[in-house]
Amino acid sequence: MNESSDHLLRSRRSSDGLFSRFQVAGLVVLTLIAIISKFYLPRLIPSAVWLEVPLLLTIYFGLMRPDPVPALLFGAFVGISEDSLSPANLPIGMYGITKTLVGYFAASVSQRFNVGNSLIRLVLCFFFYCFHAFFYWVMRRALLQQIVPFDTQLTLLHGAFNVAVALPLYLILDRMKLSDER
Amino acid sequence: MDAIFNRYRSYRSLVVLVVVVMVQVLYLAYQVKTGRDERLIRVWAVSAVTPFSGIFEAIRHNTVGFMKDYFLLLDVREQNSKLKTDNDKLRMENVFYRNQLATAEHARALTIFQAKTPSKTVAARVIGDSTVSTAKAVFIDRGSTSGIEKGMAVVTPNGIVGKVAAVYPLASQVLLVTDSTFKVGVESQRGHIHGSLNCGSGHCVVEQIQNEEDIAVGEWFYTSGEDRVFPRGFPVGTTLSVAQGNGMKDVRLNLSGAPGGVEEVLVVLEGVHQPIPTAVPPEEKMAPPLVPPPPDSKDLTGVPAGPGQTEADKMIQKYEQLGKQQDHVYGAMYSNMPNYNVKPAPKPVAPAGLTPGSPASTPPPTATAPPTQTGPVVLGAPVVHSTATGAPNHATATHPPAVRPTAPKPNLPLGSPRPTATQPVTPKPSASNPNATQPQ
Repeated sequence: MNESSDHLLRSRRSSDGLFSRFQVAGLVVLTLIAIISKFYLPRLIPSAVWLEVPLLLTIYFGLMRPDPVPALLFGAFVGISEDSLSPANLPIGMYGITKTLVGYFAASVSQRFNVGNSLIRLVLCFFFYCFHAFFYWVMRRALLQQIVPFDTQLTLLHGAFNVAVALPLYLILDRMKLSDER
Repeated sequence: MDAIFNRYRSYRSLVVLVVVVMVQVLYLAYQVKTGRDERLIRVWAVSAVTPFSGIFEAIRHNTVGFMKDYFLLLDVREQNSKLKTDNDKLRMENVFYRNQLATAEHARALTIFQAKTPSKTVAARVIGDSTVSTAKAVFIDRGSTSGIEKGMAVVTPNGIVGKVAAVYPLASQVLLVTDSTFKVGVESQRGHIHGSLNCGSGHCVVEQIQNEEDIAVGEWFYTSGEDRVFPRGFPVGTTLSVAQGNGMKDVRLNLSGAPGGVEEVLVVLEGVHQPIPTAVPPEEKMAPPLVPPPPDSKDLTGVPAGPGQTEADKMIQKYEQLGKQQDHVYGAMYSNMPNYNVKPAPKPVAPAGLTPGSPASTPPPTATAPPTQTGPVVLGAPVVHSTATGAPNHATATHPPAVRPTAPKPNLPLGSPRPTATQPVTPKPSASNPNATQPQ
């Protein structure tokens, strides 16, 4: 297999990707619901403050679409949307940068590994949640000089919690994609 | 040529990543450097999201809570019709307290506090949280159209909540005192020891207090007004524990305002400094949260409280009256659900002691103020009965809102010099203010 055939395969894979099956409008609506849920859900369920549905969507989009460019742009869009609802003492771009990297790395991983297996997706989801939390904490310390505590055990616990939410969420998203194929 | 193109194509995603990240880093650095908040993006986002959140909150508050109360009341009424047992009374009391305390009394406390406090305030409802889980901030349903500006203090009758961090046309963002970047100037009640409240480490501590200072467990802390956000004299919380530290005391505080779970708040539009209430003997106990009405008063429904009537009986009467007014049959299927929030039709005889224009006749949504109180009595205020008359003596109570002196207070505008820690906290009698009381 030479580079031309690899390119042909890759271009076919891209056209077969998420945008062809998973409509853009649906994705935008899902993103908006995720951001609104993060904005409002903690009012109903206080412990839901640790639920990172926008991050789970970013990871899913990255894993399902092996091309890193759309994945990182989607991550940037979701992150900046979240930033615009963050406290005014946090400048816009903190979540944007973090989720850009998450989207890029998720897509890069999906280029090299078979991420169709649910278990692998959940492990990656847990890893990216921890990466997201740690990188955000580093940026607040390094770029903003804000001393905020980082609780490792709590982060791991919340990562597991998000993985538990990701399991049914990804199944629903998979089902939506399949139903679109019929 | 094609091979070269493909080779560079493999680097395309990396180049895009670097460009996107660099753009965001530069944009972030620009915001940090200039201190400018990118208002346009935030206004768009908040304006797009807050209407949905407001709708959800209205649905939750009016429908879900109403349905819950309706079925609970229906259940209790069925049981009450079978046997009048103590268990039923407890259930009815539970319904009564849940309904009245959660809605009417909370609104009443806010209203009374709003009327009594010298600061000019506006009431607001919390409609959403921040998207950053590690930052403590909420959105309220009042914005610049209600006169709210950035930096204003946000309080409840029980204590401080936070400050306005950003203002939008129809909503504002409140940074809670529990946020790691928020510090509040506080002052102890007894020794007027000044410190800085910091809740960044998971629990609230008062920093900058020397080991030599004397702080007692249970002692109240108030805002000192030094942070230029909160006016002096707002309650902050009680001392949970005191320990000697490395040069500075480790004083942990229990916040009285419960900033995380608050639903209705007051935004201080024009703050006025108040004196710190005087200390009280430690043996005095806290009174129950409700100030009991005087024996000759009317209850909330306008029904006279006859002898032998319990709160549960009054509750039943009120809801029966509401059901009759709205043609509702309890227990019947497909009967329209009555609106329990409306006020029952008043009886022909007007309640004694209420005059038009008195505070009790003005808007409070579902309740009237206690008719015989003269001082600034607020929900949750402790009541200490004097030995001579048995009348409530709010001047010596322990709870912060009730210990405000009844004598004329020196209302100081924000920024004006305040009494120092060595001075008495209540005003001394002077030519211009001869009625001022001495500290107790």
